[in-house]
Amino acid sequence: MTNKNNTHWNLSPAPESTTHIRLQKQYELFIDGKWQKPQKPVYFDTISPSTEQVLAKVAEAGEADVDKAVKAARNAYNKYWKKLAPKEKGKYLYRIARMIQERAREFAVIESMDGGKPIRESRDIDVPLAAAHFFYYAGWADKLDYAFPNRKPQPLGVAGQIIPWNFPLLMAAWKIAPALACGNTVVLKPAETTPLTALKLAEIISEADLPPGVVNIITGAGKTGAAIVNHSDIDKIAFTGSTEVGKIIQRAIAGTNKKITLELGGKAANIVFDDAPLDQAVEGIINGIYFNQGHVCCAGSRLFVQESICDILVKKLKHRMKALIVGDPLDKNTDIGAINSKAQLNTINNYIAWGKKEGAEMFQTNCKLPEKGFWCPPTLFLNVSQSHKIAQEEIFGPVLAVQTFRTETEVIEKANNTPYGLSAGVWTDKGSKIFNMTRKLRAGVVWANTYNKFDPTSPFGGYKESGFGREGGLHGLSAYLTV
Amino acid sequence: MIKNQVKQELPLYYPRVDQVGVEDRIARITSRSIKNESKMQGLKLALSMIDLTTLEGADTVGKVKQLCYKALHLHDSIEGLPATAAVCVYPTMVKTAKKALQGSSVKVASVATAFPAGQAPLKVKIDDTKFAVSEGADEVDMVISRGKFLQGEYNYVFDEICAIKEVCGIARLKVILETGELGTLDRVRKASDIALHANVDFIKTSTGKISPAATMPVTYVMLEAIRDYYQKTGIMTGMKPAGGISTAKQALHYLIMVKEVLGEEWLTPQWFRFGASRLANDILMQIAKQTFGCYQNKDYFSND
Amino acid sequence: MKRVEVLKTYKIFIGGAFPRTESGRYYPLLNKQGKTIANICLSSKKDLRNAVVAARNACAGWAAKTAYNRSQILYRMAEMLETRKAQFADELLKQGFAKQQAEKEIIASIDRLIYYAGWCDKYMQIYSSVNPVATSHFNFSLPEPMGVVGILAPENSSLLGLISAITPCVAGGNTCVVLASYTLPLCAISFAEVIQCSDVPAGVINILTGSKKELLEHFSNHMDINAVVYFDNKYEELKKLKTQAALNVKRIVTQTLNDEDPYKILDLQEIKTTWHPIENIGSGGGGY
Repeated sequence: MTNKNNTHWNLSPAPESTTHIRLQKQYELFIDGKWQKPQKPVYFDTISPSTEQVLAKVAEAGEADVDKAVKAARNAYNKYWKKLAPKEKGKYLYRIARMIQERAREFAVIESMDGGKPIRESRDIDVPLAAAHFFYYAGWADKLDYAFPNRKPQPLGVAGQIIPWNFPLLMAAWKIAPALACGNTVVLKPAETTPLTALKLAEIISEADLPPGVVNIITGAGKTGAAIVNHSDIDKIAFTGSTEVGKIIQRAIAGTNKKITLELGGKAANIVFDDAPLDQAVEGIINGIYFNQGHVCCAGSRLFVQESICDILVKKLKHRMKALIVGDPLDKNTDIGAINSKAQLNTINNYIAWGKKEGAEMFQTNCKLPEKGFWCPPTLFLNVSQSHKIAQEEIFGPVLAVQTFRTETEVIEKANNTPYGLSAGVWTDKGSKIFNMTRKLRAGVVWANTYNKFDPTSPFGGYKESGFGREGGLHGLSAYLTV
Repeated sequence: MIKNQVKQELPLYYPRVDQVGVEDRIARITSRSIKNESKMQGLKLALSMIDLTTLEGADTVGKVKQLCYKALHLHDSIEGLPATAAVCVYPTMVKTAKKALQGSSVKVASVATAFPAGQAPLKVKIDDTKFAVSEGADEVDMVISRGKFLQGEYNYVFDEICAIKEVCGIARLKVILETGELGTLDRVRKASDIALHANVDFIKTSTGKISPAATMPVTYVMLEAIRDYYQKTGIMTGMKPAGGISTAKQALHYLIMVKEVLGEEWLTPQWFRFGASRLANDILMQIAKQTFGCYQNKDYFSND
Repeated sequence: MKRVEVLKTYKIFIGGAFPRTESGRYYPLLNKQGKTIANICLSSKKDLRNAVVAARNACAGWAAKTAYNRSQILYRMAEMLETRKAQFADELLKQGFAKQQAEKEIIASIDRLIYYAGWCDKYMQIYSSVNPVATSHFNFSLPEPMGVVGILAPENSSLLGLISAITPCVAGGNTCVVLASYTLPLCAISFAEVIQCSDVPAGVINILTGSKKELLEHFSNHMDINAVVYFDNKYEELKKLKTQAALNVKRIVTQTLNDEDPYKILDLQEIKTTWHPIENIGSGGGGY
């Protein structure tokens, strides 16, 4: 039977308003509580990946600027932060949390403009979670002794923090909140393609009257990051980004006493058994790989489907993919926004080309993509094997590699057969099987019958080459303390 | 595919449903923003899918006539509005409704099978249905035997649906699961599958007499069941959430859900209905707002 | 008439067996008088490789043992050590310890085993958490062993240092490959005999003797070692360890030979967080 109703019902554009957004033409470095020009007047553009328009010019911090920021942080540590009663530190963090909530919509819009992620995600996930993170760690500031039985934990000093472009504000919150709650001061560098929300956060920090120098936010690319890593007066490096860069940092600070935590790449297995709630598994798979255009270190990029249900699951998956709307990140109905940068789009396209060359069967939805900007439709590859490059390397884009398996033993082996170990997913209706699987998967976060859930109380971090240390929860405290 | 060619038999396996996952999915659907032309189009579509309902002990010939007039003349001061899909009444009112709606596209649906509790012998239910059909009902809304279902007598429930289906003849059969009495989404899915495998025309959430009536999670699970059955057999089955849907915004979310889960083929009154009495006016107020640009007062919309 | 003493051949301990080093190399261990006490195996990188294979094979089984069982096995090691106090005292004397000092060291070693034996089924409780997430999920975090741990045992201790290094590692479900003190290796190999008769599964603890200078490189760049524990505070050694550790993002843990401390167990644990939805159907409230 066919449709007698010939008209299509499509959603009209529903763009989020940008009229209340305050962006400057040019941003300086936030050092010692003031906006300071870089020593050398070098600025770079930050663009919107969905329109390729320049949003603002941003200062590039050189070594001298990094040094200035570290000195400010050290000074603030000695002069203010170390002396401030823990509960007062907590109150500053509560204040920041509240201010993020007050300006939530502005942050969400800027996040989507600068990074390309759909407003639905920045509005419902990134920004509320960032505020919640500050709120959670605020309360820890005067309770640290209870987190470490039989110990008197002490702050480390100055923390250098380098964060990625996939969750710019959220990662800033993940880094700054626990560091301050534990009594440290920070120098934070956002990624060069997405500096704006971190700079807006600097505005809030300034409005919150945080003592100058407690939080310094400086912008720049890899060179600026290296200057932070190599600065001799930094006590702690916290890095979130690629495994490749993580290794460089690990090497760079080998001869120092700097404490380090690394949150690196992943190639997570998302495993669906034949007794799973299939429709919710499909949703979890979609959330797992297409959330934030797949720019997620814990993305469920390897799908393992029990062979007996592969056909029906793939059918359902393709059907669900067709309902995904790709386009303007500021449209409230957009499910998949713009790829963060041209460079990243090239990387993704190279992997897609590899997948085809390796003989995997590709499926993409034929959604209309905007002409300007960087776009990749949701993609999946069928008939993939462990030896395929697309099943081994982190693509960091909306590309799913689908493999089949027969038994629990086989899938555990395949799931763990990777140098990464950040996250994993399991879908089955059987409780005892869940506990068996979640125990045997070598990964720091295991989602059972759900995927890509985050919470400030829940520790996050990897096994093996996905890095070490945890962020979030009680366990996230030890990254910023001597215990 | 012709329905009768697919054998009616109970499925061997009932898929599992995870409630929290369903709610996540619903949250994504309800975050869809429906504006401007798509809103207008959606609102009119929703109007055309309403089964305008009165199922009261106090129903009278007069009341039913008024309702039928409303079904045909939703709000005459706005041009181009559709009529509702059907009016839904008790068997004794079918004749009245049929007469009032003569010559129009509006169908007459009748509840039957000892609605709403369904606590009657099969013979009584068959007679009830036969009566409704003989009075001219285009559609029959039956209730399943929830007691039997909860006792685990799935064969009984299935056979009963098949028996009613048979006496319906050309009248389209809607099967009310009364999901508010089933307790979990797993059971909603199971009851849906049992009804679907009897090759019925519609599955329907509720009688409207039990709270909760239709909810988005419940409807979502039923839509997924419809899709799975369609995948398996090629048979399209209709869906009717009933009770509890009273705002235009809710109705639009249901339509988005149908579009995303089943596809646009289902977005016609032939395959999707709202069982509601208050919904029409809220939609009309929204249409008036879109048309005239100002927010509305309900006293300007007739209450039948 | 003077009895001719039977000397002991000191070998290395891999996979529950006592092979000689595959390299055939040795170094003489001298006493204060400059006389050779024993010929000690100068283990090669291939011995290390073999030991890591044994440790990796033992990993899953050891981690899967119940905490109660691991606890009893550690306790059994203490029992075995207690009955061999004389042997270890003798070895410590040979290596230049005073009698009293030796006794103290042995007692402390036995007590340390008992201490960590007690932690096996408890550290999980104090280092785990149930996390009150804001969505309808049950969420908990718990420590899991890192896997294969390389241990460069303290140079200046023969028995206590070795035991302090090994015990928190295996109490936490890891398996290990230990490089014993170069200058004080005797007790390490004798302790392997204790291990062998204490129900410790083969491969869980592997002990090599030899040169740190030579093997440190291979400990740090072995791709199948998850973590390395280092005790001596030598800048160049530590730097090299940390630099090469980046190859597979190896965890480098520095510990000191101090008091008994459960945080040493935690040093070699990964935290795993698990999420699962909580269905919320039924009447409001929590059944109150």
